[in-house]
Amino acid sequence: MTEAKTLGETLRRQGVSRRGFLKFCAATASVMALPPSMVPVMAAALEKARRPSVIWLSFQECTGCTESLTRSHAPTLEGLIFDFISLDYHHTLQAASGDAAEAARETAMHENFGRYLLVVDGSLPNDNNGYSTIAGVSNLDMLKQAAEGAAAVIAVGSCAAFGGLPHAAPNPTGAVPVSEIIHDKPLINISGCPPIPVVISGVLAHFLTFGRLPELDALNRPLAFFGQSIHDRCYRRPFYDKGLFAETFDDEGAKKGWCLYRLGCKGPMTYNACATTKWNQGVSWPIEAGHGCLGCSEPNFWDAGGFYRALSVPTADIARTAGYAAAAGLALGAAAGVMNRRKTSTAVEQHETVTVDDLEKS
Amino acid sequence: MSGLEDIPLRPEKVHEPDSATILHPVLHEIRHALRRLIQTGESTVIDLTSLPFGPGDESKLLEYLGEGEVSATLNTLGRSRLWETRFPGVWLVDHYNPEQVRIAFQIEVGEVPAVLRSQREDVADGLDRLTSLLP
Repeated sequence: MTEAKTLGETLRRQGVSRRGFLKFCAATASVMALPPSMVPVMAAALEKARRPSVIWLSFQECTGCTESLTRSHAPTLEGLIFDFISLDYHHTLQAASGDAAEAARETAMHENFGRYLLVVDGSLPNDNNGYSTIAGVSNLDMLKQAAEGAAAVIAVGSCAAFGGLPHAAPNPTGAVPVSEIIHDKPLINISGCPPIPVVISGVLAHFLTFGRLPELDALNRPLAFFGQSIHDRCYRRPFYDKGLFAETFDDEGAKKGWCLYRLGCKGPMTYNACATTKWNQGVSWPIEAGHGCLGCSEPNFWDAGGFYRALSVPTADIARTAGYAAAAGLALGAAAGVMNRRKTSTAVEQHETVTVDDLEKS
Repeated sequence: MSGLEDIPLRPEKVHEPDSATILHPVLHEIRHALRRLIQTGESTVIDLTSLPFGPGDESKLLEYLGEGEVSATLNTLGRSRLWETRFPGVWLVDHYNPEQVRIAFQIEVGEVPAVLRSQREDVADGLDRLTSLLP
């Protein structure tokens, strides 16, 4: 029996009706924040999408990104996409090992030259290439070689996107992100420690549908998932605006679900989909569980001043401009609300991203 | 040796958040969509999974919208539930995969949700099958 060539054929062979296919497309469009008018376009494109070869290279990483992606069960969107792609090389998931595994990688790269997707997790040691090797080949050499024939490079996780934990002070291996090594291929950063599973599969689905990477922000992250800050989508925002903060993890404010800003929440400087998409298939997310955002999808979040130390100013130099002392919680909250709205509209116009450096000026 | 069951438990009273923030904006969006449906016949989809729901917000919204005259079950790639709310033209479309994990949750404002319609390709397939069964 010949293998189904396109996604449409694959689904039909599994007995999925056209209506079922539309359900799948509606779920995919929803995940990628595409308007419903795009569903017929998606259906037509996915119908013809061919199985892409995917090479997954793991460097200085903890395997958390793979764990995140594989937590989902088939055939959710993640499962269907994952089953559909031809994952030709992946340390954790492949059955082969040793020379056989490396041979499989080289064969896949050769046969699909110019068309395969290269996924990378983990950072690269730039101080000494010998710090991290696979089958005797340094990460640097393997990445450069694999990138030559790749249609696009996807840096999964904050380590591959920004350097992540290995890059944190004192950065003993000279860890660098993929973007510092690869300059001549379409590159997308899916940051997060780990990224939300559906964000990874949403990007893969976009590539399958449109043959290119989605719209990116200034840090090369997909705008559909990283276009809004946690702070702007947080359901506890009304408490921030009213100046109602939890001061400890077990006080009355904490029990009432008040804003976690004073407990170190980095929501204002963090861009990710956690506030809406949430975690564990939408069960909950850190702030809903009572813990402030760590800012794990931003560069240098490990060195951003401490997870439990409050950001020095909300989203602008409010202490000076509003003329209030930092201790006046209520006033700070109200003024922050006004500043946030203004900054949001200008930021939206200019696609600004707020970095830790902006916030720590005061 | 005592076990985990011997540790006394005293459930904390859950405090409801002070404001249900997402309800009114969504209802206003539905109102605009209904107007658009009447004026232009255009249907609208509101994706609920992209909204920042706090704990309890979703059940408040569903309670408010209620259930109307029609409900349907879709059995493909898992079971999905669709029903018209107490406001005609406002449908809820709740998609699940075979593991009962939600994959999409949308409000569809229109005469009927698009996925309920029989698809041309499926009709053609059915016609072929029926033709082959008849003598």
